[in-house]
Amino acid sequence: MDFSLIVIVVILASLAFDFTNGFHDTANAMATSIATGALKPRVAVSISAVLNLVGAFLSIQVAKTISGGLVNEAKITPVVIFAGLAGAIVWNLLTWLFGLPSSSSHALFGGLIGATWIAAGASAVNFTQVVQKVLIPAVASPLLAGFVAMIGTVMVYKITAALRQDVVSKSFKTGQVLSASLVSLAHGTNDAQKTMGVITLTLITSGSLAPGSSPPLWVILASGLAIAAGTYSGGWRIIQTAGKKITDIRTPQGFAAETSSAVTILASSHLGFALSTTRVTSGGIIGSGIGRKLAEVRWGVAGRMAVAWLLTLPATALVGAVASKVSSWGTAGTTLVGVLLVVVALGIYLWSRRSPVTPDDVTESAAPAAAIA
Amino acid sequence: MHIDWGALGTVFVVSLVVVVALCGLFAVGVRGLSARVAAREAGVQGTAGLTTAVLCFAVCTAVIGYGVYLIVG
Repeated sequence: MDFSLIVIVVILASLAFDFTNGFHDTANAMATSIATGALKPRVAVSISAVLNLVGAFLSIQVAKTISGGLVNEAKITPVVIFAGLAGAIVWNLLTWLFGLPSSSSHALFGGLIGATWIAAGASAVNFTQVVQKVLIPAVASPLLAGFVAMIGTVMVYKITAALRQDVVSKSFKTGQVLSASLVSLAHGTNDAQKTMGVITLTLITSGSLAPGSSPPLWVILASGLAIAAGTYSGGWRIIQTAGKKITDIRTPQGFAAETSSAVTILASSHLGFALSTTRVTSGGIIGSGIGRKLAEVRWGVAGRMAVAWLLTLPATALVGAVASKVSSWGTAGTTLVGVLLVVVALGIYLWSRRSPVTPDDVTESAAPAAAIA
Repeated sequence: MHIDWGALGTVFVVSLVVVVALCGLFAVGVRGLSARVAAREAGVQGTAGLTTAVLCFAVCTAVIGYGVYLIVG
């Protein structure tokens, strides 16, 4: 296979995006298990990483479109994909820095929309689809999952209220590990496919692969490994927010939240109304906070998450647009965007070192205020 | 603009029913487990509690198995 510079750059950017996707979304599956002490932080991210890797190999449903029909796919060039990925990566890193859960798919969509808009004009963007596939799920996901988790939490507490709390706590810890693993597996089958789809379609557009080809083994392996490595690296800042800052989670709540997330994600992907994994799990956590008497939901944190969700599309679109403009200058432009991307990533990483969040900061015992279930 | 309320409604109802069933079953199972622990401490066998627990957890496991089947399939 003969790769041009832009194809290599797109592959590297895809894998980088996949990595950020992994560490951004560990929290979805594992934050509540870590917060309640059902799993040790390192064990939790290891399980999640392995399941993400397994998930990458399990699913045969590789994404067949890059944008899911949000933009005119015929107008998508490798440069546009690269610019879109740049927007998504920057957004994932920034939201990670502030410890905010945020949807990686929506970040990628936003980047692609901005990049396509600049490269091919507004007419190449399908705004009706944007509303249907991004905006409505963005609102529906947390509300639906939140309500379901709230009902689940209320039930669990009603039934187990008078029981021996040591048995309750132990049992729900086990249940929580199972439901969290299910979320991880579902995540791996979804999100790794996205990167595989992007790389495969890029290879096809550049003529390295025949149209309609399935992803080569190295693409599957690289995508699976990138998301698993990202997952293993933890994203502790987001885990801390999801597990401890939104509400103090006890084991029955964690169980209800994880079960609701797993069920809602599976129901949505098999009944034809796509919801966003990140928003489902965040909604589930908030719902479990509302469902337990005397549990306090910190609406300030939830509000900051909501603002980040509102900004995802415009912010990534803006970065994608600028990256698309600069990349269109040719090899020099593409290189400039690549270099800038690395510089921004390094800058954000260094900034994060000023107030590091480690595995020690995300467990129950780390906060004196956190009560034991 | 077209919102597929039908599909959204289905996802909502199915999620709610399955979650209520799973959480309910699991909680009842825990109740059985707790009854057994209490019974044993009182010097009784507590078979009824154990049976309830095993049954409930078995159904929960089956539902999770179906979930894995959906993911893989």
